[in-house]
Amino acid sequence: MIFLDNLINGLSLGSIYAIIALGYTMVYGIAKMLNFAHGDVIMVGAYIAFCGLQYWGLPPVIAILAAMAVCTVLGVTIEGLAYRPLRQAASLAVLITAIGMSYLLQNIALMIWGANPKFFPPTFINSTTFKLGQLNISSATVITILANIVIMVGLTLFTAKTKMGKAMRCVSEDRGAAELMGINVNRTISVTFAIGSALAAIAGVLLCSSYPTLQPTTGSMPGIKAFTAAVFGGIGSIPGAMLGGVLLGVIEIFGKAYISTELGDAIVFAVLIVVLLVKPSGLLGKPVREKV
Amino acid sequence: MKKLFAMMLVVCMLLAGVSALADEPITIRVAHIGPTTGAAALYGLATLHGAEIAAAEINAGDGPYHIELINQDDEHNVEKVINAYNAALDAGAQMILGTTTSKPCEAAGAQGYIDRVFFLTPSASSTAVIEDKDNVFQICFTDPNQGLASAQYIAEHNLGTKVAVIYNNADVYSTGIRDTFVAEAAQRGLEIVSETTFTDETTDFTVQVADAQNNGAEIVFLPMYYTPASLILKTAADKDYQPIFFGVDGMDGILGLEGFDTSLAEGVMLLTPFVATSTDEHVVSFVNQYQAAYGEIPIQFAADAYDGIYILAAAAEKAGITAEMEPEEVCDLMIAAMQEITVDGITGSMTWDASGAVTKSPMAATIVNGEYVFED
Repeated sequence: MIFLDNLINGLSLGSIYAIIALGYTMVYGIAKMLNFAHGDVIMVGAYIAFCGLQYWGLPPVIAILAAMAVCTVLGVTIEGLAYRPLRQAASLAVLITAIGMSYLLQNIALMIWGANPKFFPPTFINSTTFKLGQLNISSATVITILANIVIMVGLTLFTAKTKMGKAMRCVSEDRGAAELMGINVNRTISVTFAIGSALAAIAGVLLCSSYPTLQPTTGSMPGIKAFTAAVFGGIGSIPGAMLGGVLLGVIEIFGKAYISTELGDAIVFAVLIVVLLVKPSGLLGKPVREKV
Repeated sequence: MKKLFAMMLVVCMLLAGVSALADEPITIRVAHIGPTTGAAALYGLATLHGAEIAAAEINAGDGPYHIELINQDDEHNVEKVINAYNAALDAGAQMILGTTTSKPCEAAGAQGYIDRVFFLTPSASSTAVIEDKDNVFQICFTDPNQGLASAQYIAEHNLGTKVAVIYNNADVYSTGIRDTFVAEAAQRGLEIVSETTFTDETTDFTVQVADAQNNGAEIVFLPMYYTPASLILKTAADKDYQPIFFGVDGMDGILGLEGFDTSLAEGVMLLTPFVATSTDEHVVSFVNQYQAAYGEIPIQFAADAYDGIYILAAAAEKAGITAEMEPEEVCDLMIAAMQEITVDGITGSMTWDASGAVTKSPMAATIVNGEYVFED
């Protein structure tokens, strides 16, 4: 029973990592850059939803849509202002810009919403607890897992079936050749950021529904863990992000429950190191051969 | 030229002396250092606001001393606190009311020990804050004292015998209270059935709460600040687990957490020397002024800092501090004076010994209908 309880807690935590990891992996797969500001877009999304619920009295669904709209605009703006001018620059320059963007967002949030933590109000997402015998399962867990599956399937279909999805895969494969074939690379990358940021808003709401304290640094640690999950699963692979996230959450909870609460994070990152040593491309990543 | 200068100096000194004789109040410059931004801003703003009210009261009265308050923000950061401390001294501070939180206070207090600057911290409660430093005094009781008093209270009031402890092992405040609590609990026949840890970045408390629940803990002791505590209360509610949650002074502030459903905190007990709903005349006046000025109910940290300004004024009077004295000179005089005064503040009647630790008796409050109620 305790094992099942821990497993459910692990799945719940893991599905939150997975949903954030989807954003990382999508942007990496297509734009070939690590968008470290992703965690902070999540934080902004959560704040917008908080304002919608707490100050403007919006119904939860409208508040989430508002958060998605704001995050989409924010993501496209960040891409246009900060990353697009660096398209030809070294990848290190882009990486540092992304880290800078992350701090910029945190400090802007600090200016707007202040440092005091806010408590995310309960919504339909986390209002009920299902009882299965002695097990208590929060509706937030169920909804997060469902949302994850829907988003993963949706994204996979989108990239496989639609015209824009094909363009994304082309840009991912060979940006130069895609451009020669008449694909608008900038537009494709903008759309990628738009989708990634809209997902970030949903991730923010789900994150705060499970762990309701909201402050300007809320996105950073889950962001790093989700990045780890994305690498774990094979960065660039959408099912990989899902698998990596869920596994990471389960490992973290089991590590805390059965080994030591003090070593929870250490175990997570140790697993990452082992995976990278054994299979550097991640669990579901494609091995890339490099000609020397 | 030198002679002229010397004569001018003498005249100035005479004038200064005369002005003191003529009952002009002496203005001492006190720097408040605390996190007025950042994750612990609630505490820093509370101590600042409490100090501002006390300073305004003193300056409006006809006592021998006036207070000029200088504020510096340390963001609850051990590096930035040194900048804040230096900036405060550059701005002419003679003594420090601060810092608000333990870790930065350790760092700044140690620097102050080298530079000979007097510190009176309203709320930094770890023992390391005053250890080996004769220049730092506390207004709140120390962490060991909180752990000790919590275990005593739980045992004496028969709240239960099976206790779980969840603490932040990355924070001296939390580990300090936990250590003495566990030691005293063993003496008092309390059984620690579950002990789990977390760090500053932890947001998932399902394992810690499940461990307490599965081991049948009747009381969960939470030596931590209110932000992680709010997550633990939420997790416990999700798991339908209803033990007695017992917090310490860091729990104070949980009711002010924006958006927090106060019913989650119903029945939570905490040790605090100050309760805003008290009917004590002095407390009522403070709470009313605080509400009028800042639009919220003051927490214990605000009350500590309010008392702090009065303590500094009392010690300065005892020590005969003047506006011209340098911080080094002020430091030694204040250290001596602190050990001689007794101050009746809104957080109790306080005396100090050479260690810098305060002597006063803690009391327990319970949260009922979103408000603190004193036990006895």
